[in-house]
Amino acid sequence: MSVRLMQGNLACAEAALAAGCRFYAGYPITPSSEIAEHLSRRLPELGGVCIQMEDEIASIAAVIGASVGGLKAMTATSGPGFSLMQENIGYAAMAEIPCVVVDVQRTGPSTGLPTSPSQGDMMQARWGTHGDHPIIALSPSSVREAFDLTVKAFAFSELYRTPVLLMMDEVVGHMREAIELPAQVEVVERPHTDVPPEWYYPYEAGGADVPPLVPFGMGFRYHITGLFHDRAGFPTERIDEIDPWLKRVNAKIERNLGRILMYALDGVEGARTLVVAYGATARSARHAVGMARARRHKVGFVKLLTVWPFPVEVLAEAAQGVRTVVVPEMNLGQIALEVERVVGRGRVRRVNRADGQMITPAEILAAIEEH
Amino acid sequence: MVGRIEVRLAGEGGQGLILAGVILAEAAAVHDGLHATQTQSYGPEARGGASKSEVVISDEEIDYPKVIEADYLLAMSQEACDRYVGNLRRDGLLIVDSTHVTRLPLDRQAVQAPITRLAEEATGRRITANVVALGVLVGLTGVVSRQAIEKAVRERAPKGTEDLNLRALAAGLDWAEQRRRPAASPGGAASR
Repeated sequence: MSVRLMQGNLACAEAALAAGCRFYAGYPITPSSEIAEHLSRRLPELGGVCIQMEDEIASIAAVIGASVGGLKAMTATSGPGFSLMQENIGYAAMAEIPCVVVDVQRTGPSTGLPTSPSQGDMMQARWGTHGDHPIIALSPSSVREAFDLTVKAFAFSELYRTPVLLMMDEVVGHMREAIELPAQVEVVERPHTDVPPEWYYPYEAGGADVPPLVPFGMGFRYHITGLFHDRAGFPTERIDEIDPWLKRVNAKIERNLGRILMYALDGVEGARTLVVAYGATARSARHAVGMARARRHKVGFVKLLTVWPFPVEVLAEAAQGVRTVVVPEMNLGQIALEVERVVGRGRVRRVNRADGQMITPAEILAAIEEH
Repeated sequence: MVGRIEVRLAGEGGQGLILAGVILAEAAAVHDGLHATQTQSYGPEARGGASKSEVVISDEEIDYPKVIEADYLLAMSQEACDRYVGNLRRDGLLIVDSTHVTRLPLDRQAVQAPITRLAEEATGRRITANVVALGVLVGLTGVVSRQAIEKAVRERAPKGTEDLNLRALAAGLDWAEQRRRPAASPGGAASR
C-alpha cells in the first residue's frame, strides 16, 4: 500500500472494515459524519450493511442486534448521540454483546459547539450507563492510532464480549496526516463453542473469563435480556447467580489488563515532572515536553491509549520519585480525577480548556515550569 | 527544508479553503515526502461564516498539529485578514485576495494578489479561486515543489475538472513568478 493523506475518521472507517466489521448503523452528527459517509459507500461493496437509523437509540440497538446475528458491528456518533446511546451500552455490557461505539467528541454540554474539539465525554464513557459494568475505552492521538485502535476495539469487543468505546475528538477525527495502511491487520474472530446446541449455555463460562457467544439463527436456543440472568439467559433474582455474574464480568477486564492496557512511556526514569495525556491533547503535550527538555527540565511523558480501565499500576510506577504530575485535558478535569486518585491530589497540576480550542504547547509548558 | 513551517488559509465558508489545505498537505506529505498535518475550523453553516484551514509542514514528525504562530497567512476575506494577522510572525508573509481585502496591516509584509480576478480570467469560474490562491502561495513561498502541488491538484480535483483546476493553479504560479521577478530584464541579468 502506498502513503496516503487521510482523515482520522476515514482511518477509523477503513480500520473497521479491515477488522471485519460488516454492519454499521448510525445517525449522522458532526464531527463523526465522515465515518458513516465512508462506510455507506464501502460496506455495500464488501457485502456488508450500512443503515441510517432514525436516531442514536435505534442505531445502537441495531448494532447490538446485528452482533447477536453474528456480524461485527459498529456505530459512530458525538456527544449528544453518545448520551442517547448510554442505556443500550449498558444493555450490551449486561447481555455481553460485542460492539464498537465511536464517539468523536465535540464541545458540550448539550449540542454545544458542533465543530469544535473536546474531551468532555471521558467520564461519561466510564459511568454514563448505570450500574457496575465493565467497559473498555481507547483514545487515539493521530490518524495512524485511529486506525490501529479501531482494530484493537473490535478485537477486545470480540475477545471479552463487551462494548468497546473509541473516544476520538474533533481534532483527531478531522485531522489529515499521511498514513500507510497496513496490508494486513490482526483480525480476532468470536470464540466458537464445541458443545452441541442442546448443551449450550451462553452465560456459562466454566473456568474461563468469557463464555463463547454463538449467533442467533444457528440452532443454539437461548435468551437475551437486560435483567440479571442465569446461564441460559433467563431472568433470575437468585443471589447465587447474580453475584458470580457481577464478579465475572468485571473480572474479565481486570484479569486481562496486560493485554488491554496500551500506553507509551517516554523519559519517565529520573523525571522530576510527569505529563499524562491522551487523544489530541497528547500531541500538545509531547510538543511541550520537547520544549521543556530543550530547557533542561527533566520531564517524563505518559501517553494513554487505553483510558478505561484506568492504568493504575502503570501510572503509580511512572510517578515514583516525580514531584509534579501535569494533566492537560480538553475538559474541566476528568481523567485528572483518576490521576489524583493514584498519585495524590497534592502532586497533580491540571491544565484545562473546555472552550472548543486545543490546549497549546505553551500552556502545558507553563504548567511544567510553574513552581 | 529545515524545521517547521506553519500555513494558515482563512476566509469564508464555501471558498474551498479546507480543500486547499488538504491539497497543500497532500503535496507535502505524499509527493514531497515531508511530514504534514492539516486541520480545520469552521462554523456549523455550510456556507458563509468564518472558515480556516491550517497546514503544518516539517521534515520532522509533527506533534502539535495546529498553527502556533503562522509563517504564511492567506486571507480571502477582510474579516479573516483582520482576525488572524496578529498571529502572523513579524517576519511572516501575508497574502491577500485583493478582490476581497482592501485594508492591509502596516506592520507585516503583504502581497496583494488579484486571486478571484485571476480565477475568472483563467477558468471563467470564481470557484477556482482557492486553487489560484494555492498557486500564488506556492509560487511565492516554495513551501512545496511545483511538481508536488500539480500532482496533488490533479488527484484531488473532482473528475472532469482536472484541466480546469490545473489552469487555475498555473495562473496563480505564473502570477507569483512575475511578481518575484518584476524587472526581469532582457538577457536574463538578475536585478540586484
